Amino acid sequence: MLKQTEGSKAVAEAVALCRPEVICAYPISPQTHIVEALGEMVKAGELTPCEFINVESEFAAMSVAIGSSAAGARSYTATASQGLLFMVEAVYNASGLGLPIVMTVANRAIGAPINIWNDHSDSLSQRDSGWMQLFAETNQEAVDLHIQAFRLAEELSMPVMVCMDGFILTHAFERVDIPSQEQVDAYLPPFDPRQVLDPKEPISIGAMVGPEAFMEVKYLAHAKQMQALELIPQLAAEFKQTFGRDSGGLVRTYRADDAETMIVAMGSVLGTIKDVVDEMRAEGHKIGVLGIISYRPFPLAQVRAALLNCKRFVVLEKSLAVGMGGIVATDVRMAVTGTGLRGFTAIAGLGGRSIPKASLHKLFRQAEKEELEPVTFVDLDWDAVNKQLERERQNRHSGPIAENILHDKGIVSAKFG
Amino acid sequence: MSFQPVKFYQTGTFTVGNRLLAPDERSVQASEMRSNSINSGHRACQGCGEALGARYAIDAAMAESNGQLIAANATGCLEVFSTPYPESSWQVPWIHSLFGNAPAVATGIAAAMKVKGRHDVRVVAQGGDGGTTDIGFGCLSGMFERNDDVLYICYDNEAYMNTGVQRSSATPPTARTATTMPVGPEPGNVFGQGKNVPEIAMAHNIPYVATATVADLRDLEYKVRKAVNIRGARYIHLFVPCPLGWGSASHDTIRLARLAKETGMFPVFEAEHGEVTSVLKIRRQVPIEEYLKPQKRFAHLFGKHAHPELVARLQAIADRHIRKYGLLEEGDN
Repeated sequence: MLKQTEGSKAVAEAVALCRPEVICAYPISPQTHIVEALGEMVKAGELTPCEFINVESEFAAMSVAIGSSAAGARSYTATASQGLLFMVEAVYNASGLGLPIVMTVANRAIGAPINIWNDHSDSLSQRDSGWMQLFAETNQEAVDLHIQAFRLAEELSMPVMVCMDGFILTHAFERVDIPSQEQVDAYLPPFDPRQVLDPKEPISIGAMVGPEAFMEVKYLAHAKQMQALELIPQLAAEFKQTFGRDSGGLVRTYRADDAETMIVAMGSVLGTIKDVVDEMRAEGHKIGVLGIISYRPFPLAQVRAALLNCKRFVVLEKSLAVGMGGIVATDVRMAVTGTGLRGFTAIAGLGGRSIPKASLHKLFRQAEKEELEPVTFVDLDWDAVNKQLERERQNRHSGPIAENILHDKGIVSAKFG
Repeated sequence: MSFQPVKFYQTGTFTVGNRLLAPDERSVQASEMRSNSINSGHRACQGCGEALGARYAIDAAMAESNGQLIAANATGCLEVFSTPYPESSWQVPWIHSLFGNAPAVATGIAAAMKVKGRHDVRVVAQGGDGGTTDIGFGCLSGMFERNDDVLYICYDNEAYMNTGVQRSSATPPTARTATTMPVGPEPGNVFGQGKNVPEIAMAHNIPYVATATVADLRDLEYKVRKAVNIRGARYIHLFVPCPLGWGSASHDTIRLARLAKETGMFPVFEAEHGEVTSVLKIRRQVPIEEYLKPQKRFAHLFGKHAHPELVARLQAIADRHIRKYGLLEEGDN
């Protein structure tokens, strides 16, 4: 059913259609609206049977999900930013135990400095956690990816994060097609766990494992994600059959056929990038787009195939590997090893900084001429940076960096944009 | 008619007392009916109080739940000595997730059972004092506050034994651990404010809180059985001596547990909805030295460089417990 609705509300409805049996909720912006909406549905008796548990921390949220999933209940939670980091030990545990939990990450920057706005630092910090990570470009895709995520998780008995840009998607009202219960039921069978805590057949889960078996367990987590490279496109194709639209998959290209310059990105910024590419195409530029939906597993072959015919590419990412450069860019470069392609990294939008079309026009045109530095910080205020660096040279006791920069800029309270 | 009430008590073991009990009240080690939930062949040390306590607690829970039991376990000695495949001792469905999350994992299991209509299945979570009173404390309090249908059992051996005997918030003052060495003017652990988790559990007004020791397994079984039949959050704090960490003889585990109770150092009581409903009385208060001296972790309090002032402060703690909980039998002493 078509609806004009908030991203979080749409995701909550999609999750409810997946018949979750245990939902653990802990508030953190910008994820909160999702669990609030689910809590209301459970309380009103619209989502039943389902236990909605208000836990005392994100660490507890993931831990409750571990318990409920191991006991055979379809389990869901949502988090963001500091919350994801607070639950990290349990995040690794869930994947290590092979529990098919689905979690929404409403992507948000990681402090300090504390910042509630969007970038991808949070989920990318869990790159190696053993969770699969699917990035939504639109709220429609966020809805669809959640339905696919439960299938994916339960077929492989491994957990999945559905990542959607905080505020930009979670708080945006737009048209979303919410599927019917019949459609979702046809697509997503009831949870049939590979392992379950059951008094009828007592098993031990989470035993001590030494060097004799640990590597095999870890390899199998990797093997499952390699299987997911096959399964994710299959699930997307099946999704199209049932729901009648393209959603999900590993990667998606846009106007890429004869592109000499390719822009690689994840999440909602792909919308802005496509607008810029349309405008540049109208001017005759040979430029195209590669959107990565599945960040883990990382589709090396598909990324390579999508870039093989271009001359250069820019990875525009909302994340920063401090001391190195790009995170996504590193993986993309790995995919094109040996091709001789010129690759550039553009770090943009950290902590919610806007990524306006004008900045992208400038960036992409520089890229076409291969005038970019290997790593570019889009719209970085160099005056502010240099002023602080000078302050540190002059004064041993230069004080807190963030407060100095806010002071220099004359901004008394953080603003978005 | 005047009469003299007859009291059965003993100075060495409770075995005689067991014989004087009606058959259904007896605690027995071996029986065909015992589920052996934590089976023989595990790797616990000789004289391990935790292994003994877990065996009796979980078997009692199994008996009372008609075998419909699921257990969650915090990281710690119990998890490590019981699990390596193919030597898992657990005859119950059992999960270990992390050090600090056993109460939350148990909440999840209980939620799953509820949503699936398995009201017959009971959920128990267990951890050592480190996993309970320190790193798992947040999850424990959350589970209490929500009144989740979980029985949590803390096996308290008063330090982090699995990692090599470091101080926890359950370590008593003056005790030697690897991080509270018996050196300097105030050797051993400091006299802090204390962190009495049974009382903190009571402050959550949960339906049932009890303490017990492995010296009185009959009492432990009674409390576990009672707890299994109550819905909501329940907490049992079980005192389990550790020969390795305490520097005590393995054959003294039961004796030390009994002395902890008989000196007043470890009050044994039950509480319902935040109010103490019963205490195990002490017939004759034993001086604290008798409890301290068999343990090398207190050795620096005695001998050539003795610290009688520290012993006196420990005695004061025991005396306060006795006053506070009314532990002495009336007419005695």
